[in-house]
Formats: sequence, structure tokens, C-alpha cells
Amino acid sequence: MLRTSTRLYRPVCARAYATGAPPHALVFLEHRKGAIESGSLSALTAAQQLGGQVSALVIGSSEHVGGVVEQAKKLKGLTSVLHSTSPQYAEPLPEIVTPLLKKLLSDSSFTHVVSATSSFGKSLLPRVSANLDVPTVSDVTSVEHDVSNDSTTFTRPVYAGNAISTVSAPSSIHIKFFTVRGTAFAAAPTEEGSNAEAKAVEPVQVDDCPTEHIKTTIAKSDRPDLSVASRVVSGGRALKDAKTFESTLYPPCRSVDSGYADNSLQVGQTGKVVAPELYMALGISGAIQHLAGMKDSKLIVAVNKDPDAPIFQVADVGLVADLFEVVPQLVEQLKK
Amino acid sequence: MRPSPARLLNILVPVKRAVDYSVKIRHSMNPFDEIAVEEAIRLRERLPPGTVKHIKAISIGPAKSLDVLRTALAVGADSAAHVALPENAPAPEPLAIAKTLASYINLQNNDAAKVAKDGKVDLVVLGKQAIDDDLGVTGQMLAGLLGWGQATFASKVEVDVGRGEVVVTREIDGGAEEVRCRLPVVITTDLRLNEPRYASLPNIMKAKKKPVEKLAPSDLGIDYTPQLQTLRVTEPPKRVGGGKVASVQELVERLKGAGITGV
Repeated sequence: MLRTSTRLYRPVCARAYATGAPPHALVFLEHRKGAIESGSLSALTAAQQLGGQVSALVIGSSEHVGGVVEQAKKLKGLTSVLHSTSPQYAEPLPEIVTPLLKKLLSDSSFTHVVSATSSFGKSLLPRVSANLDVPTVSDVTSVEHDVSNDSTTFTRPVYAGNAISTVSAPSSIHIKFFTVRGTAFAAAPTEEGSNAEAKAVEPVQVDDCPTEHIKTTIAKSDRPDLSVASRVVSGGRALKDAKTFESTLYPPCRSVDSGYADNSLQVGQTGKVVAPELYMALGISGAIQHLAGMKDSKLIVAVNKDPDAPIFQVADVGLVADLFEVVPQLVEQLKK
Repeated sequence: MRPSPARLLNILVPVKRAVDYSVKIRHSMNPFDEIAVEEAIRLRERLPPGTVKHIKAISIGPAKSLDVLRTALAVGADSAAHVALPENAPAPEPLAIAKTLASYINLQNNDAAKVAKDGKVDLVVLGKQAIDDDLGVTGQMLAGLLGWGQATFASKVEVDVGRGEVVVTREIDGGAEEVRCRLPVVITTDLRLNEPRYASLPNIMKAKKKPVEKLAPSDLGIDYTPQLQTLRVTEPPKRVGGGKVASVQELVERLKGAGITGV
């Protein structure tokens, strides 16, 4: 069978070194309002587990890049911080960033490209990897590289987390792209003595981009981001009024209300994956797709009127009761 | 009098046959692809009559893929295409699927007769991920191979055919993003884009008469040899339920025992 050759970008440089050379990973470091996203720090940890060198890539507008690069330089285990500044990178689009990444990868010897399983990472990496005729492995929960045969083995959840798939990317995949599940890797720490080398990279101007960013709306909240909250209280369809519920909660909880809140608060197979210290599921039956997002919580507490609700099969502590009676009592008792 | 639109829409909807969670050993159309088919039909209903020139569903897989194509035809697609893979071939990877779709689209768009009839394929709508492998990369790969714009995780799609643009609201971490994309574009669907309709029995019967184009991989020049090797698929460590308590009091005791107290 012939491989299709139209419309594909062939890799420009052949691998110059023999197998047995240590890997060099490029980690896409995302940031918002001058702070590095924790998902990217987990991606950094995963990249370090490959062994070998790790470089970070920071892109953005002149307003933020400098500060983020200074923070990135202090991250433990980073060899270098590549950075590229352009007004086009202020609200980056995959169509705009792809040419930069392709240029970087063709001019260098990176063996792996890594990002968090974030909205942007998920949108960008496959677009680039397809152009280089290689796959992107999504949402990995473990990573192991074998230098002797230049192959990387990953584990990742499939079937809504009901199974774990172990896949191997052999040496024939000359650059291995993967996104990292944040809850599976601790965020890389900063280290006092660390001072990675910063290298400026010329932005690749994209004229006539077919896509234009109009606006971004981030759900406002003074509570911690769902994926890093240590306690999460989740309410199912039984909760008709999210506001009533929120008023009975105590900080530092983050409440989730499937179907009644915006998507930043959705937990499950296609929403957020959380692994907090405490996960309270109130009025949630425990459908497969929801469990996929919270099964790795340390302690799961469930309250449901239905004694046969599937959630009780995974909950460490279950209470069969009407949650509207239980929640006020719970709050009372916990205040003591 | 309003001038007629400068162009018409020709929509391609790739669909995948995946495991159906509601009935364990059943397979049905990947739910996100159902949403994609629904959106194509709703676009036809929303836009002035005749604007959406053609809606075609396409699937790549063994003979059983025809089931999901029939479903797409039953809910409103005009025609379908099936790229037939051998019965026991390993599951095709997203990159091979994306290359197949790109190849198919280029074939269509370079065929003068087809373009004269329905216009070029200028909108591809597909699910953001398949619920079996949960990879979620095919749409982005296709857009990259074609050099088209992409709008992933769409929760709302508005088409301005006159200007040849779509405005898509996307679900992103922590909120939403609005982008404007020039046609042609690849859109991947998120859960909240729409709620797919069921096919009525009369429509299921009518669907049997709609054309299904059959293609062999050699027609498109694609190699489906997987690049990745799946070593094993295992069950995750089982989480065992801890049992139930009888009262809120007991619940709180257990929480305190685990070191969780209120504020």
C-alpha cells in the first residue's frame, strides 16, 4: 500500500545521530495573566521522566513573555527556555503557532513535544504532528523512555477511564508528541539554584490566517480552579438551584453542578478530571462518564436517595438520604 | 430584494462506530459524531433554503460501519461514503483517518463535475473525540493536513454564508472562546452544541434508498498500518466501595476520622 504523499510535509532533517542518544523534549509552557499554568508544570514533570534534556517554549505578547521566562528559568530540571514574542501570540491560535513549532522542530534535534491536556495543547499538538506525519498520544498518565531502542511507552485511560491502555511509540516515530493528564504528574517545582538558559526565537508571522480570535470569557470565581482544588463538592441533576447550594458550602470547596453550571465546572470523561483529597458527590448517580473524572480522588463521599446508585460502588463513605435534608445537617455538624 | 448568497455550503460529516455505554456490547455512532450530523442538519434548517447544498456522511471501517452511515442518512444526510477496511484489520489510527478524509476531500474538490453540482466541500463537522479511544485528535490533524482553519470543542456555530465565515463559540478550560473562521473550516463538536434527534421509522425506510459510495483504501492511496503499538489494555485498580453509614452524624465522624474537618 502506498502512503499518500500529497499535502504532507516530510521532515526536513533526517536524524543525524544513532539510536542510544538521550531524548530532548520540548515542553509547551502555557500561562495566563503572567502565571504559568499548573498543567504545564505537570507536563514538565512528565517530560523529565523521559530522561535526557528538557527545554520549555514560552510564547506570548511582550506584556507577559519576559515575566514568564524569568519564572520558567527557575524551574528544576530545565535546560533552556525558548521564547518567542509577537502580538500574534497574545491570544494564540493553533493556526498561528503551528508554523513556529514546525520551524523550531525542523531546525533542531527535539525528540519529544509535550504539553498539558489543555484546550490549547489538545488543539495545537495534533495539528502540528499531522504535518510531520506522526501521531499525538493524548492524556498520558505515565511515560517511560527506552534509550536503547529509542521507544517511548505511555499509559493512558480509554473507554471513559474504564481501561488503561499501554502503548509504545517505536523509533520509527521520529518525534513523539504527547499531552499529559495533570492529575497524574506533580507540578515541577522551582529550585533556588536553577537558572536555565533563555533563548529568543524569531516569531513566524502568519499573514492571512483563516481564523481570528474574537473574545475569551473566563468564568469568574474567587475559588480555586477545579483541577487543583483539594476539596470538591459535586451536585447532580437533583440540585435545581446552584445558588442555594453554593451558599451552604464552606471554603476552600469548589462546587460543581453538572448541567447547571458553565463548562469550567463539568467533571467527567469529556470535562475536567479531578483528584482532590475529598470529593463529595451529592445526588449524583455515578454514571460511567462522571466517574471517569473523579475516580482518583483520595476520599469519595456520596449521598443519594437511591441505595442502588452506582456511585456507592466507588464511594468510601456512602449515605442513603435526601440530600436536601442532609446538606444543612452536614454543614451544622462540620462547624462543631 | 436580497441578493442571493455568493456561495453555498457543502458539508462533510465523518462518523465513527464506537461502543455504546448504555448497552454494554452494542455499538452505535460515536455520540459526538451524532451531534455533528445533527448540527449539519440544523444548519440546513437554519439557513435560507438551498444554502446547504449537500450533507454527506463518511465512515472508514469494516462492513459494520454501514450501520452508522444508515443512521446518518435516516436523520437527514443526503448521501454517504464508506471507505471499506478489511474485516479483521487493526483499528485505524487518527492520522490514517485524517489522511483518508483529506484525500477524499481533495478528490471531491478537484472533480470539476462534482464541484459544478454541489460546490467544493467547505465545512467538515465531526465529534471532538471518540468515546472508545478518547484520543480527540482527528479533527485537528485533518485541519493541519488541509491547511484549513479549525474550531474545536464547538458549543455554538453560526454561519454567514454570504461572507464565507463561521463564528464558533468554543468550550475551553475555565470558560468559552469565540473565534471567526473563514471557510473552508474543520469544526469539532462538544457535548452542548445540540441534542441529536432520533430517526423516525419512515425516514429510516427512506434512508435505504439514499446513495452510499463505496471506496477502497487503494482508491485514496492510504496505508492503515498503525504507527503506535498497543501493548496491553488492562483494568485500572478497582475502587471498592467503603460501605454505607446510617446518619449524618456517622458521616461526619468518618470524615473527621479521615482528617477532614469543616472551617
